[in-house]
Amino acid sequence: MSTLEIRNLQVSVDTENGAVEILKGVDLTIKSGETHAIMGPNGSGKSTLAYSIAGHPKYTITGGSVTLDGADVLEMSVDERAKAGLFLAMQYPVEVPGVSVSNFLRTAATALRGEAPKLRTWVTEVKEAMDALSIDPSFAQRNVNEGFSGGEKKRHEIMQLELLKPKIAILDETDSGLDVDALRIVSEGVNRAKDANNLGVLLITHYTRILRYIKPDFVHVFANGKVVEEGGPELADKLEAEGYAEYVGS
Amino acid sequence: MSVLTSNILVPHGREEAWRFTPLNRLKGLHDGSAAIATHRSLSLKSASVPGVTFERVSRELLPSLSTTDDAIMNRVREFSSDVAVLKIASNSELSEPILLNRESFDLTSAEYSRVLIHIGSNARATVVASNTGNTLLAEEIEFKVESGASLTFVTLQEWDSQTVHVAKHHAIVDKDANFKSITVTIGGSVVRLLPTVEFTGPGADAQLLGVYFATTGQFFEHRIFVDHCVPQAKSRVNYKGALSGEKAHTVWIGDVFIRANAEGTDTYELNRNLLLTDGARADSVPNLEIETGEIVGAGHASTTGRFDDEQLFYLMSRGISIEDARRLVVRGFFNEIISEISDSEVQVRLMERIDSELVKAGA
Repeated sequence: MSTLEIRNLQVSVDTENGAVEILKGVDLTIKSGETHAIMGPNGSGKSTLAYSIAGHPKYTITGGSVTLDGADVLEMSVDERAKAGLFLAMQYPVEVPGVSVSNFLRTAATALRGEAPKLRTWVTEVKEAMDALSIDPSFAQRNVNEGFSGGEKKRHEIMQLELLKPKIAILDETDSGLDVDALRIVSEGVNRAKDANNLGVLLITHYTRILRYIKPDFVHVFANGKVVEEGGPELADKLEAEGYAEYVGS
Repeated sequence: MSVLTSNILVPHGREEAWRFTPLNRLKGLHDGSAAIATHRSLSLKSASVPGVTFERVSRELLPSLSTTDDAIMNRVREFSSDVAVLKIASNSELSEPILLNRESFDLTSAEYSRVLIHIGSNARATVVASNTGNTLLAEEIEFKVESGASLTFVTLQEWDSQTVHVAKHHAIVDKDANFKSITVTIGGSVVRLLPTVEFTGPGADAQLLGVYFATTGQFFEHRIFVDHCVPQAKSRVNYKGALSGEKAHTVWIGDVFIRANAEGTDTYELNRNLLLTDGARADSVPNLEIETGEIVGAGHASTTGRFDDEQLFYLMSRGISIEDARRLVVRGFFNEIISEISDSEVQVRLMERIDSELVKAGA
């Protein structure tokens, strides 16, 4: 049983015009087995929240705390956060030229498990993860995210989620750019990871579409760098009908 | 001999061809003051196979096939008493690479070495030249690639830290022939290589690939020249370099000349450098001179950059440590070229050497 606690998190980013505050005091608690949807308009700071928790160097934490089972996440390096059990499925996964998917996955699994996985069981493990997401076996020999379509990148992220078995996963607009079939396949992968590892999920999205496949326990509306309303799944239905206008002060 | 010597001009460092080279570190190769070694460090390592011969021929019997205005190459021609000749007979199809080994541990005198690699028409072969040791070497390799032949030449500069190696690798590529070179420079104090190509028949194709990794104090120069002097020839140049540490210095010059009669030329050259620390310097100068507009394509690109933070973040977000993430990115950077070497043992050895250079540099 794990708990990710975000308390009064304040984050700024350096721009040409000086530091700009993006997160203005975010409070969230995510426990194993729970699915939280964060919904909000573009520019509200949803992705900043995701990258700040993962430790991207571009963001400066100016206040508040993030803890995982009491351990101070903000004190950890990026790889230490992953080792502690955090995972970020990125909206724009990065290309790494010359590094094969197979090499990348094995290096990551070795780092997270503390020892190299046994070759034979590892090959089976990867093959099953790829099959489950309808990923062609030739993928393993391709370079990480290089020349991948939008859908392939997202499937590759969720394959990592299933293989690396984090405690808490942040999915940053995993649904963007997916057609209906790909959305279903990717969502099924997330649900498998939830069932298999009692995963806690922080699902960041703009649209309610993905919530038909991944059922949230809690919905948080995000606007202007903080959570402005919270509720159950019914809140998503309200957003579907009425949009974000009420929250952005227009 | 003294008459010849007087005709060799000593470079002073202001000449275009020498302006980057630290002449004071050449140990007398450039002005002829180095004592001339009597040893011959080049040997054939692989077992003899039908159609392949390796022998030494008196230089009087084998005049150079190309002209040169390079002072050190002219010294090589004057001071080497014989020529090492590797000959591959026409129509030979060699499944295994021919291995040449150059190993020397003599820093007190300079070896001047002339080599000819001659592949007969329609033959196919790979030659791998492995260079190790601590030595002073001035070397000229000429390649005669006859019509329809296909030659891959892999040259591995895995020198120890004090070696000074100055060389010209000149390929003469005839009609419908292919020449591919993979030049790897990761060891030595000063290495200056001139990979050059001269086409002598239409349909000829040259691919010049290279990687280099210079750490603290190392100077590696690769000065490429492709002479498109016939119609319908194709050339591709792709060199990738990494640098780390104080006064690590690399120079890449890519000269491509498309002469007036070279219609249908297709050429592209690329140099990418990865600066791993402060204090290192990468010079990169692509030059394209075009005398005819009737060509298929001509282009060049040169980039010099640092580690991509986004790549490192992505890898680290999967639990990979900063050191391993950098190692993966550097290996990945070089992989495009190293993976072209067919011998997987050589690939593994080079990648391990690259890893150790990275650790040594503390990047």
